[in-house]
Amino acid sequence: MKVVIGQGSCGIATGAKKTSNEFERVVKEKCLENVVIDKAGCIGTCYLEPIVDVYGDEGELQARYVKVQPDKVEEIVEKHLVGGEPVQEMMISEVDEKFLSAQQRVVLRNCGQINPERIEEYIAKGGYEAVKKVVTSMTQDEVINVVKVSGLRGRGGAGFPTWFKWNAEKSSPGTEKYMVCNADEGDPGAFMDRSVLEGDPHSLLEGMTIAGYATGANQGVIYVRAEYPLAITRLEIAMEQAREKGFLGKNLFGTNFSFDVRIKAGAGAFVCGEETALIASLEGERGMPRLKPPFPAAKGYWQMPTNINNVETYANVPWIFANGGEAFAAMGTQQSKGTKVFALAGKIKKGGLVEVPMGLPLKEVIYGIGGGIKNDKEFKAVQMGGPSGGCIPGSLIDTPVTYEDINKTGAIVGSGGMIVMDENTCMVDMARYFLDFTKKESCGKCNYCRIGTKRMLEILERITRGEGKDGDIELLEELAAKVKDGAMCGLGQTAPNPVLTTIRYFRNEYEDHIYNHKCTAKSCKALISFKITDKCKGCGACARKCPVGAISGEKKKMHEIDPAVCIKCGKCEESCKFDAVERM
Amino acid sequence: MKSKNTGCQCGGNSEANFTELAPVLEKYAQVPGSLITILQQAQDIYGYLSMDAINYISAKTGIKPAKIYGVATFYAQFRLQPIGKYLIMLCKGTACHVNGADMIEEAVCEHLGIKDGETTEDGLFTLNNVACLGCCSLAPVMMIKTADGEETFGNLTKDSVKKILDDYRAKEA
Repeated sequence: MKVVIGQGSCGIATGAKKTSNEFERVVKEKCLENVVIDKAGCIGTCYLEPIVDVYGDEGELQARYVKVQPDKVEEIVEKHLVGGEPVQEMMISEVDEKFLSAQQRVVLRNCGQINPERIEEYIAKGGYEAVKKVVTSMTQDEVINVVKVSGLRGRGGAGFPTWFKWNAEKSSPGTEKYMVCNADEGDPGAFMDRSVLEGDPHSLLEGMTIAGYATGANQGVIYVRAEYPLAITRLEIAMEQAREKGFLGKNLFGTNFSFDVRIKAGAGAFVCGEETALIASLEGERGMPRLKPPFPAAKGYWQMPTNINNVETYANVPWIFANGGEAFAAMGTQQSKGTKVFALAGKIKKGGLVEVPMGLPLKEVIYGIGGGIKNDKEFKAVQMGGPSGGCIPGSLIDTPVTYEDINKTGAIVGSGGMIVMDENTCMVDMARYFLDFTKKESCGKCNYCRIGTKRMLEILERITRGEGKDGDIELLEELAAKVKDGAMCGLGQTAPNPVLTTIRYFRNEYEDHIYNHKCTAKSCKALISFKITDKCKGCGACARKCPVGAISGEKKKMHEIDPAVCIKCGKCEESCKFDAVERM
Repeated sequence: MKSKNTGCQCGGNSEANFTELAPVLEKYAQVPGSLITILQQAQDIYGYLSMDAINYISAKTGIKPAKIYGVATFYAQFRLQPIGKYLIMLCKGTACHVNGADMIEEAVCEHLGIKDGETTEDGLFTLNNVACLGCCSLAPVMMIKTADGEETFGNLTKDSVKKILDDYRAKEA
């Protein structure tokens, strides 16, 4: 029997390692010699971590246990591993099962299924077959044509056709060509690439090798965020094993094609998601973008032809060659083909990684798979595309998830972050949050981006402080247009999107802040006040917690907050067991 | 990632003290484009980049100190000040923001008496707000980094975060 504990970063954060150790201990204590303890990457159902799969001797999945904290291990071992009876009440429910069954997994095909630290398991799933076929039996043009037929577009945000970039690099003369992977997943709220790196690193290596063959590149570089230490470790293990097996290195599969990969740890700069900035960073410089053309395909890393795709794009490639470009093109819509992985988070019941065919309506993703809004509150908006994207309001929840349809709303598909917001999320504050981010991350090269984002942030801060002025909305719109026009790279050109989309769909909230001194979502501190309602039992808990002594009242009688003294810290609201403190 | 914090704030490192950095420079000093790698390894060894370290790297690589300083200040990862034994990386990503990361920051600041970027007087904790740790489904999240590795904590509340910090502090007693 085999016990597999999901150990991606998020699994480990919920205690998967402790659960794994406990299994080791109990199994050893009971001398169960036929039980193997193993690990896998993240299967994507983050809200159910830690997840434990028990496989029988034939490799069949006998049970999937969820939320397995160490104290539950003993019971599972006792009843299932020893007694042979799965513990029904700890197993994944049918409803939760739907979270997985409603998806279509291409990129995440192996995540959570295999041990990412053992190449044999990847090979057993058909891994490295595609690259072997490509290198030994196809020409460069044939490879590029398959990618063209598949309709694969860059999954990092811009959605540029992948075959076109490959072909451009192939056609560019150069003594050395490079294949770069952008694994600097900088969008706050996105973790698709981390999951692939941690759960199925070989699919990335295989995809890069195929791309290297198609374009004539012999060197690959993976630019990974330093915030992903586990991803770096697992990649290093995977590279080592691939070299041992002859899947990376000189003269692959007995041909004269050689390809190897190295890792470069990023140092934390969002702007390095932009191709030319990433190249500057690879060369050890400040990560500042430069004008295009020349495009990296002609002059990139060390002035040589360079192709840059992100993790998810490369991870699609082995699947395309194993199943054919047509099979990939059969998924999705006319313009947006294949699947897309989304990181579903925020005020959602079931957060996690979701891979769906392009064209599925947002509603299906949020309600059908994600189970709807936490605490059954009202769905207000979903933020897509991170700081370069925008907020799509509830009224557009039937929008199909394709590059074109999402662009029409003012947001972008982006790298796949999907942050769900409910009635308590203030949209002006959201815009402020993203501008705060882009202001900090602007590299400072273009005036409009450097100063424009700062001025926009100042206005938004003023509005959320309750000091908004008549004309602020119009000023924001004007600045937004200027920053978009005046910035050279994608960061600046898209930085105003969160502001523009929130003004477009939630103008009333801006107006509420400015003209009525009211935060519609009751979230901006300066614009709310706390009041005790008649639900109050007079227990005095809030009065004891209040740091400024603003609450008074007799025991067992309704208490009162003195608004002149109150500093709006919210401690009373937290401490009340009767929901008697309300935000006004 | 291993990091060793010497805790030394005198800033008076002489060249003799860079023995651990010497092999790194031997390997990378002449490899073009290695500056960021060198700085990362220097920070891993000393916990931060002192001006002396920057000058030493400059002498060995031939890159001007001003340029090294420029690169070091461009990237969020590099620190020019020493840090505490436990580095708290508090996630301020979108999912964490929506789920109350500001509240968690408030609780940490209040509990330790420091602000973002500061270190407690006893040299134990440094607070760093970071953009995203990629554990969005467990928001709000923080990671605590020590010389032995790192631990991630999810679904934080004001109370749980205080308890986690107290547990770390108790280890020291």
